[in-house]
Amino acid sequence: MQFVYEVEAGNFTKAGNASSDFKKVLKQLNVPPQIIKRTVIALYEGEVNIVAHSLGGKIECEITPDHVVINLIDVGPGIPDIEKAMQEGYSTASAAVREMGFGAGMGLSNMKRNTDSMHITSSKEDGTTVTLKINLT
Amino acid sequence: MKLKDIVSKIDAKVVCGENWEDADIEFAFASDLMSDVLTLHCEKLLLITGLCNLQTIRTAEMSDIQHIVLVRNKKATQDMVELAEENDIVIIECPHSMFKAVGELYQTGLKPVF
Repeated sequence: MQFVYEVEAGNFTKAGNASSDFKKVLKQLNVPPQIIKRTVIALYEGEVNIVAHSLGGKIECEITPDHVVINLIDVGPGIPDIEKAMQEGYSTASAAVREMGFGAGMGLSNMKRNTDSMHITSSKEDGTTVTLKINLT
Repeated sequence: MKLKDIVSKIDAKVVCGENWEDADIEFAFASDLMSDVLTLHCEKLLLITGLCNLQTIRTAEMSDIQHIVLVRNKKATQDMVELAEENDIVIIECPHSMFKAVGELYQTGLKPVF
């Protein structure tokens, strides 16, 4: 089962719509509440990242009997130094993002903490793709 | 601690939510930073915040937090109320500073998360 959500850059009114929708799907599928919470927290952090830091993108969520795989794909501008971006407290967020309650430099590490695996690829040309995997069994 | 006792202790007003009076609250977390709220894994939690926008409600939704106190006399907007109602989230408006609201509630026995 696959779901695809478009994510608009800079639109904080819509930020969270994809995560909210996918949470409802997981609930309908009777996924255990603790797994739902870990999944949607990681997804929401990723969705906010696309809104806050990218030029826009999309989120693909796939559910199989064994796991949930989430691809957060944006069109740029890319993360220059992924290692640095993973450090807690490091952030390049704008004042507008901070006003929304984000930009503390906790997002990527919190995504990693809530998932069973996380993989990031990023370049100036192709943008950033973050792949999250959460085991269901 | 019952939510009705919390509301009366901090002179607050409930702006949305049903059957909230007897909700049982054990812990509280105070922050204007939603990034920090998203790191919590705790039930029976009251979120105390001065951040008053849609992402406050979204963060609560993702974190399974059902009760939010808006301090510093912040008022929930109509779209915040609608989103909260959709997710059975109770919004409480409190006229006090965060320091005062937190101090009052700490004294009554609400526990810190860490």
